[in-house]
Amino acid sequence: MPEQQTTPQNSSVLVEIKDLRTYFYLAEGVVRAVDGVNLNVNRGITLGIVGESGCGKSITAYSILRLVSPPGKIVNGDILFYKIPKDGGSSQAEVINLAKLDPNGETIRHIRGNYISMVFQEPMTAMSPVRTVGQQIMEAIILHQKVDKKTAREMTIDILARVRMSNPERVVDDYPFQLSGGMRQRAVIAMALSCRPHLLIADEPTTALDVTTEAQILKLMRELQDELGMGIMYITHNLGVIAEMAQEVAVMYLGRVVEKTDVRELFFHPLHPYTQALLTSIPQLRDALTRQDKGRLNVIKGMVPDPYARLKGCPFHPRCPVMISGVCDEVEVPEVEAAAGHMVRCHLYTSH
Amino acid sequence: MTDQVQTAEPLLEVVDLKKYFPIRRGYFKRVVGYVKAVDNLSFRIMEGETLGLVGESGCGKTTAGRSILRAINPTSGSVFFRDPNLGRVDVAQLDDEKLRVVRRSMRMIFQDPYASLNPRMTLLDIVGAPLRAMNIAHGSELEDRVAEMLRRVGLRPEYMRRYPHAFSGGQRQRIGLARALAPNPKFVVCDEPVSALDVSVQAQILNLMQDLQEDLGLTFLFVAHDLSVVAHISDRVAVMYVGKMVEMAETKELYTNPMHPYTEALMSAIPLPDPRPRQKRVLLTGEVANPANPPSGCYFHPRCSYAVDMCKTREPELEEVKPGHFVKCHRARELSLTGVAEILARQ
Repeated sequence: MPEQQTTPQNSSVLVEIKDLRTYFYLAEGVVRAVDGVNLNVNRGITLGIVGESGCGKSITAYSILRLVSPPGKIVNGDILFYKIPKDGGSSQAEVINLAKLDPNGETIRHIRGNYISMVFQEPMTAMSPVRTVGQQIMEAIILHQKVDKKTAREMTIDILARVRMSNPERVVDDYPFQLSGGMRQRAVIAMALSCRPHLLIADEPTTALDVTTEAQILKLMRELQDELGMGIMYITHNLGVIAEMAQEVAVMYLGRVVEKTDVRELFFHPLHPYTQALLTSIPQLRDALTRQDKGRLNVIKGMVPDPYARLKGCPFHPRCPVMISGVCDEVEVPEVEAAAGHMVRCHLYTSH
Repeated sequence: MTDQVQTAEPLLEVVDLKKYFPIRRGYFKRVVGYVKAVDNLSFRIMEGETLGLVGESGCGKTTAGRSILRAINPTSGSVFFRDPNLGRVDVAQLDDEKLRVVRRSMRMIFQDPYASLNPRMTLLDIVGAPLRAMNIAHGSELEDRVAEMLRRVGLRPEYMRRYPHAFSGGQRQRIGLARALAPNPKFVVCDEPVSALDVSVQAQILNLMQDLQEDLGLTFLFVAHDLSVVAHISDRVAVMYVGKMVEMAETKELYTNPMHPYTEALMSAIPLPDPRPRQKRVLLTGEVANPANPPSGCYFHPRCSYAVDMCKTREPELEEVKPGHFVKCHRARELSLTGVAEILARQ
């Protein structure tokens, strides 16, 4: 049986990730996709996770839901889920270590889609093309809640209306291909919210959408969060979306969280050289519209290293503009609390 | 400015360009209607300039780019191009022989660096293909040209014998640039060249494109949906909605002083990397109009919060409301719309 314990922990914590390591064992070598991640997701708060492709942000999310399949494996760490039962009987959180569960077991299946659900990037591939929108949303409702088909259908129409879908009574019988990209993403969000999860993991939910549709979906997610009080883990590479959605932000690079703080602090006082470089490498409207000449963007030199390579010291050191040789390329970096609530993983803030 | 001869004559002039795709139904594939992907598009691009073309997916911006190059044949309209070998020609009317000549000077780079490179060809074949096909270089001369192109885009010439799978997304986009620029073109259509790339790689490619533009005197039509990227790279920006151009102006003018309600909505939807709340935001409701069955009057009226009765019945003309600022809206002169001026004032 999975380890279960009840502790009177800080009640706002929803998920606590401690030293999570998820590795992929491939013929070419071991990819350390997630390599020592520590994170907290709190109730009612949006945690933004930002990073470039291959930084491990999606695999962190997949690890929480135990969706990492071989050759991937969680090799170390804890993912503590503070589960407050939905029936309202007790407000005492039960602590479940998701990392230790059987990925096909009953406990995780009870949590997945019910307490923790996920919205994926591609609204077309996230839905089955051969079943109606209604059938797919009802599946989750019937699985997790003891209701009959008729009630489930009513609940489905209700949740479709809640995601501001026009004509929910009609859409419930539509197939995904009959909906536009934005409508399809609304349907996917409806599916994820159908059981009123405590944690919603959104993995680049608006990346495939147009700006105007993106703005609608972001607004919708903020409103739904206010209504339902869920915690959101919002994964994206778009710093503009992070600024709009998140209250807390974690920046990831090569399988690690390199900086973690609240959103204002991140944008106005970024500490890690990688975060600083990211912020200056995006085209800023203000700079673009105020300068006279054709300016150039700041560039992070080099590329993300080969995923099989294991770098000594700080993984960012080959690209870092302020690398201290003999330290950054030698000594492992710990997490440092550089200011109150501002964690950074960089030797500039350690005593080496 | 430059010692180049600056003529008032544009490098490219598009006049009333149309591309209609027929909708066929039934056993005899009878034409029952048209998708007007590009409808009466007109604009000019001066030499060395970058014109940004923005709009939502399905608005016809990619089709416009492809029709200009004759990658697909436009339904009607003209594309006048000042070709270095042929002089001013209408690309839309050229025969195959002349089109081959023009295609040395008009090139394209594509969005998806994974789909646009043949995995079975080496870099030498990929970058050398246009040189070989256009009879520009052969043998060791070809290799020298390819090596020089690779160096120009920041790749090592030794990579010439490798296949695309060995390269990352950003490097592949560099290969695409090398292929486009190999025959020494004047004009390049860039179709979402950085939207598939990561932030740090995007910055590298944008800088490279600007450097190449200055060094080689290139003119760009930059098709994209990311309005921050477009603002960064473009001198002027044109906005399309359901196949038609609704507004065009100099970049700063368009962003700070939009005159079409659709442009205003686009500006307000830009996700800004700044967590402070924005004053006024206009969120569009509804969906993009179906180009096969567009609404009456102004195509934007069902989603427009400023629409009046006239907008439902009469289609507005694209008018030059201010010098260099073109708007297709009945109420362009009376409305006072919000751009991104507020952001510029921030510290």
